[in-house]
Amino acid sequence: METFLQQLINGIVQGSMYALVALGYTMVYGIMGLINFAHGEVVMIGTMVAITVLGLLAALGVPMGLAAVLALLAAMLACMGLGWSLERIAYRPLRNAPRLTPLITAIGMSIILQNLAMMIWSRNYLSFPPIIEKVSYEVAGAHFSNVQVLIVVLAALSMAGLLLLIYRTRLGMAMRATSQNLPVARLMGVNVNRVIAAAFIIGSAMGALAGFMVGAYYEIAHYQMGFMLGLKAFTAAVLGGIGNLGGAMLGGLLLGIIEALGAGYIGDLTGGFLGSHYQDIFAFVVLIGVLMFRPSGLFGEKTGERA
Amino acid sequence: MSATHDLLLEARAVSKHFGGVKALTEVSLTIRRGEIYGLIGPNGAGKTTFFNCLTGLYVPDGGGFTFDGRPLQADAPQRAAARGIARTFQNIRLFGQMTALENVMVGRHVRTRAGVLGAILRNRATREEEAAIRRRAEELLHYVGIADRAGDLARNLSYGDQRRLEIARALATEPKLLCLDEPAAGMNGAETEELKVLIEGIRKDGTTVLLIEHDVKLVMGLCDRLAVLDYGQKICEDVPAVVQKDKRVIEAYLGEVPEDA
Amino acid sequence: MRHPVLHWLLRLPRHTAFLAVTGGAILLALPFVAMLGGQAWVRILDLAILYVFLALGLNIVVGFAGLLDLGYIAFYAVGAYTWALLASPHFGLHLPFWVILPIGALLACLFGVLLGAPTLRLRGDYLAIVTLGFGEIIRIFLNNLNAPVNITNGPQGITLIDPVKLGAFSFSSRTEIFGYTLTGPQKYYFLLLALCVLVVIINYRLQHSRIGRAWQAIREDEVAAKAVGINTRNMKLLAFAMGASFGGIAGGIYAAMQGFVSPESFSLIESIMVLAMVVLGGMGHIPGVILGAVLLAILPEALRFGVVPMQQALFGKVLVDPESLRMLIFGLALVLVMRFRPQGLWPSPERKRELLAGREGRA
Repeated sequence: METFLQQLINGIVQGSMYALVALGYTMVYGIMGLINFAHGEVVMIGTMVAITVLGLLAALGVPMGLAAVLALLAAMLACMGLGWSLERIAYRPLRNAPRLTPLITAIGMSIILQNLAMMIWSRNYLSFPPIIEKVSYEVAGAHFSNVQVLIVVLAALSMAGLLLLIYRTRLGMAMRATSQNLPVARLMGVNVNRVIAAAFIIGSAMGALAGFMVGAYYEIAHYQMGFMLGLKAFTAAVLGGIGNLGGAMLGGLLLGIIEALGAGYIGDLTGGFLGSHYQDIFAFVVLIGVLMFRPSGLFGEKTGERA
Repeated sequence: MSATHDLLLEARAVSKHFGGVKALTEVSLTIRRGEIYGLIGPNGAGKTTFFNCLTGLYVPDGGGFTFDGRPLQADAPQRAAARGIARTFQNIRLFGQMTALENVMVGRHVRTRAGVLGAILRNRATREEEAAIRRRAEELLHYVGIADRAGDLARNLSYGDQRRLEIARALATEPKLLCLDEPAAGMNGAETEELKVLIEGIRKDGTTVLLIEHDVKLVMGLCDRLAVLDYGQKICEDVPAVVQKDKRVIEAYLGEVPEDA
Repeated sequence: MRHPVLHWLLRLPRHTAFLAVTGGAILLALPFVAMLGGQAWVRILDLAILYVFLALGLNIVVGFAGLLDLGYIAFYAVGAYTWALLASPHFGLHLPFWVILPIGALLACLFGVLLGAPTLRLRGDYLAIVTLGFGEIIRIFLNNLNAPVNITNGPQGITLIDPVKLGAFSFSSRTEIFGYTLTGPQKYYFLLLALCVLVVIINYRLQHSRIGRAWQAIREDEVAAKAVGINTRNMKLLAFAMGASFGGIAGGIYAAMQGFVSPESFSLIESIMVLAMVVLGGMGHIPGVILGAVLLAILPEALRFGVVPMQQALFGKVLVDPESLRMLIFGLALVLVMRFRPQGLWPSPERKRELLAGREGRA
């Protein structure tokens, strides 16, 4: 029971970060039907920029709290710029190309970003400076920290903000219309280019926040970290029903929980044959399972089988 | 036509809705072997939806089809084609980067069998089958009157020739029922006349034809029987002479802007 | 009596026949020429030609059927580990190659079907992500299946793998033929060349068959392909499984040739590299794919021998190591080719038209 509660807590924390990243995939997919493979790399660059800015500000003697806020803002700005440029430079010229074309481009961009990051931030693991004094709490034998609480609260707040943006503003309405039917939205006077750019920018901002959290949570970063994170976040988006914002959030949480519980119990389940370093396969099993039995996702409409 | 009164297709209370929109409401109709059957109705009446249900592109929400004596498992287009239902599309769907001949050869897919091993080994059976495919495709191009365009890419054909090519490709699957979705759309008078001759020829050679058409004149002159759809419901089914005088049909058509295709 | 090859040559137009004969002669002479530069060059040649084989296998999936497979190297890994486990001291098994190679191919094919069956009825992009994940999962298993039961020997990999052997004739040792000493890598070269010729023939024949036409039809208009009775899901699965089997075979040969496998050799970047070969050369066009494979296979060597000294001369030190430069070039190649020359460097005449048309035509 202690394991269960502990893993549940860990899962929720991890899941909120997946959810933030999943939003980036799901918004872009919902609007233009593209899996932006490079999104995981955008998140990674968010972490890296945050580390650099934190280091600089620390050297200047800026107090940690202020430095953290500035670093987060810098990471978000950098990622928004990156997301926007990705769309503008790489994807927009291919908007009318055959399906395979933008996918291959996305893979290419992902490789390029990874290697640029390696050149800039080296191929070593970088440590993410601790931002706040860590305080641990214990409830019913399970431990959680103030960092974890902060992550969940911040993620929840920003997702609520996103929902407000999507459902209460003109831009949000345009985005929803475009994701329903792009040609019609264009005919109705929606500036589709702007909507797509907005999806990339907002998704990247959420990704940067997630990147910041991942760094703060694990206190470590690496230029390849975006790959698995991206893969899992995409799985979360598919699990929740790709194109569906609420689905991505719940899918992220659910995936985090499945993964944490799976890692906690895999040893027992397989009689000690497989250990917790197989944690990464759960996301994949979930992905295959969802695609096999419910390709539209848990909360999606039945649109996954369009030819 | 010896088998005139033998049923080929029976649609029983076929319904299809999209969200709250009822595209088809309990449409029942029967098509007899060897006839040319027309399906008409104003825009948005559900004609193409009916087609898509019949050819397996949509799964109907209610009702079903009996085709050639057996129920039609209308859940996959390739199965409908294998059963002997071929179709063309309202907005022509050819394999644009393949030649006209290759398009028709693809149509032979469902009636031929060469597999990977045959393709790799190129054994005698495969070579003979391939030659037969080619021969049949050439015949069909000739049949629809575009034999001279065999080597051209489908997308480079004229509009009328593309329509013919689509019919040839459909015929290559050896259908018992050929479904044509507005084949005369965008054609001029002379082309429509030629198309009429072609469709009559197809019927004479033993294939039953289901025709969706906007061009009322063509339908009236060509079809043995007609069904009229309006707002997803069948409002009339009879021989052209009777349909033409039906009050509800006249209302349905006058209710909307007159259209000349 | 005429030999069939001679007969075929005599039927070709004169300049084609000339090209075939000189091309053949060059290919046969290549390992001897490379030997002048040392054994290492022959090994590079071997790897290049292995990549040609791999790329042609992937071409069936990406080029013919239009499916994006991002985990191709996982099937290669399956083949390599099958060989490694069945023909090495690790389990003490030493099965002959004509047993292992089919097992490796079948196993890879099986994995292909297991992955493809649930995904291929969906939109193509799902396949991309699933294969991407599969590539990583295979690596996780290879890395960790050393405890509690040691199956893969973990990150250390498996060593002392048997070479390809035909009776007493081993491909790894030296042999005297006509007074000339043939080294191991040279012998593998000819083995791989023979396999490549085979896979070229298979590619070509598939493309011009009922199956190849169906693939092309699916690529161009899936709905219309279904409407004429093509079982699109099965046809895609067929392409995917075939590609996987070729990957499995290539992996087996790779394990035998290197005598050593470890999870490190099967990372994502390898999958991307093979994909880049197909894309850069020209998807679906056999000569283009071969060109792409050769270009990208020799790229690392070119970088090592060209870029490192150049950087040292210019900056006095190596700023960018050739390995990361190579990856960057793969990424750039994918992006730039898609943007400016989607038909590849050497496209087939039809494919070129198709891609250009796709640009204008589709919404």
